[in-house]
Amino acid sequence: MNGLFANENGRFAPRLSLRLRFGRVFQFLSLAAVTLGLIMLSVLLIDIILDGYKWLRPEFFTEFPSRFPEKSGLRSALQGSLWMISLTALMAFPVGVGAAIYLEEYASDNWFTRLIEINIANLAGVPSIIYGLLGLGLFVRGLELGRSVLAGSMTMALLVLPIIIVSGREAIRAVPQSVRHASLALGATQWQTIQNHVLPYAMPGILTGTILAMSRAIGETAPLITIGALTYIRFDLKGPLDLFTVLPIQIFNWVSLPKAEFQQLAAAGIIVLLAVLLSLNALAIVLRNKLQIRW
Amino acid sequence: MTKTVRSLLFVFVLASIVLAACDAPATPETVTVVETKVVEKIVEVTAQAPAGPVEGTILVDGSSTVAPITAAVAEEFQAEFPEVRVPVGISGTGGGFKKFCVGETDISDASRPIKESETELCKQNGVEYVELPVAFDGLAVLVNPANDFVSCLTKEELKKIWSPEAEGVITNWSQVREGFPDQPLALYGPGVDSGTYDYFTEAIVGKEGSSRGDFLPSEDDNVLVQGIAGDVNALGFFGLAYYEENKDKLKLVAIDNGDGNCVEPNAETVASGTYQPLSRPLFIYVNRARIDQKDEISAFIQFYLQNAGALSAEVGYIPLTDEIYALAQKRYDARVTGSIFEGLGSTVGVSLADLLAKEK
Repeated sequence: MNGLFANENGRFAPRLSLRLRFGRVFQFLSLAAVTLGLIMLSVLLIDIILDGYKWLRPEFFTEFPSRFPEKSGLRSALQGSLWMISLTALMAFPVGVGAAIYLEEYASDNWFTRLIEINIANLAGVPSIIYGLLGLGLFVRGLELGRSVLAGSMTMALLVLPIIIVSGREAIRAVPQSVRHASLALGATQWQTIQNHVLPYAMPGILTGTILAMSRAIGETAPLITIGALTYIRFDLKGPLDLFTVLPIQIFNWVSLPKAEFQQLAAAGIIVLLAVLLSLNALAIVLRNKLQIRW
Repeated sequence: MTKTVRSLLFVFVLASIVLAACDAPATPETVTVVETKVVEKIVEVTAQAPAGPVEGTILVDGSSTVAPITAAVAEEFQAEFPEVRVPVGISGTGGGFKKFCVGETDISDASRPIKESETELCKQNGVEYVELPVAFDGLAVLVNPANDFVSCLTKEELKKIWSPEAEGVITNWSQVREGFPDQPLALYGPGVDSGTYDYFTEAIVGKEGSSRGDFLPSEDDNVLVQGIAGDVNALGFFGLAYYEENKDKLKLVAIDNGDGNCVEPNAETVASGTYQPLSRPLFIYVNRARIDQKDEISAFIQFYLQNAGALSAEVGYIPLTDEIYALAQKRYDARVTGSIFEGLGSTVGVSLADLLAKEK
């Protein structure tokens, strides 16, 4: 590159127009990268909405899946997804935030802490199907929970735990050290400091991370297929030990059926799943903004 | 040296600490689980004692091919008996038997008879089963509609195309038969984990699971439909139900089983057994011991055998004859355990009526 800005004597040559042109080319390439992604996304979205919108009627939410497309709905899948996401949040949030608090506030920087940190970072990169196998061995067979929504939620909780811990730690680390010092200087204990100052300050970030983790959990299919949630269900979910199915699996199931109408039902299911996902993300943003006002 | 050993030791100790820590949050869950289970058991016992209205849960798992039939039956059955829950799992014929033979499920869907190895697993776990045929499935061989030279293929020609030796050798339609044009041959088929693939290879190549590897496989039959519909050189196979839904995009190939007669698959030819060798029976397997423990299973099986004919046709399969359904019900009533195929796996060209009748 240096040769570009040197004249024949080896001195610096500005060549401003050339450099500006380079800049513009790079700007164009970046813009192209963004547009390409957006075009792909909108083509997919438009295709799916055109395929599925006419199936989005009330019965689609109140009916169970059926062999007749016009009588088919995702009642059991929607229930399964909501149950699973709630149970997952109940389990993963306290454990994840607790781990993040420990690692950031209590743990001293020694080899033990570093080992835990490395392990958590590695766990975040483990393919989700591996968690499915773990859940199958540990929860479905080991604890004999069967193919229940509880076993599925526990598997999902393991899957999203590293994400919650990592984002929780980032949020806690972003709390200025001076806040802690001020609190401790006024005589508060370490827990009082964490409870009254660090956590409220870090909460928007923690919640954002948690909800993004939940968005991942609600779209995951592979680990649930592994634990056996690929099931045709025509009854309401009544408790955490019931068999279940979830939205992505119901979509997967519809796509594989021969009748063309089921492909459209799958598209409608995708719209619902997207809507659930987007509202979760919107909730994350609202919560973040709301909680931030207090500070 | 000692340092490495020590650090390794540390890692082990740590791993166990981390694992122990992971277990801790799960403990309260386990406790509730145990409690709920106890409660459920009590409910079951009290429900069975008066032998009144049918209620309970019937666990079904297995073949994705049979699942649509069982799901349709379950749909109608639950409409009639709302207290009975019938979840129908899909994990493939082999995967279904793995769960069935350790007692995890009550009923297993299967697109082929149980294999020797699976019978062995069932035996080890003391699981006896009643085998019941529920419908026929025909495998259709298909080409692109623009293909005007293929209307019938012999079993030998299919074997030539699909056998393992053909890999990289038979790549042109002109090699299949004298007079076929000089066009490349593109092959499509179900994935090697499917019962459909098992059956096709058994019937055509002569050895289950043995075929050339250079074809385009997909577990999703709709992908195969798209593939064949978009490729003028295509040849592929899959379940007849998928052809019925896509008649306008595909051309059906008649099969000559070596006797010079070209037979197209349809309800009559598959049910009568004249479409050979690519028609197969589908089964359900019922856990013998559970029949006595759960009254709802007998109600479900009776409902299944009474309605399988109409419902299997509705979801794209071919009903058995009334005679065979009656024989199957008799077999169930007598609780005849074991397989009429005696662990043969995919068996080609058998008459169910003969086999069932022979057994009496």
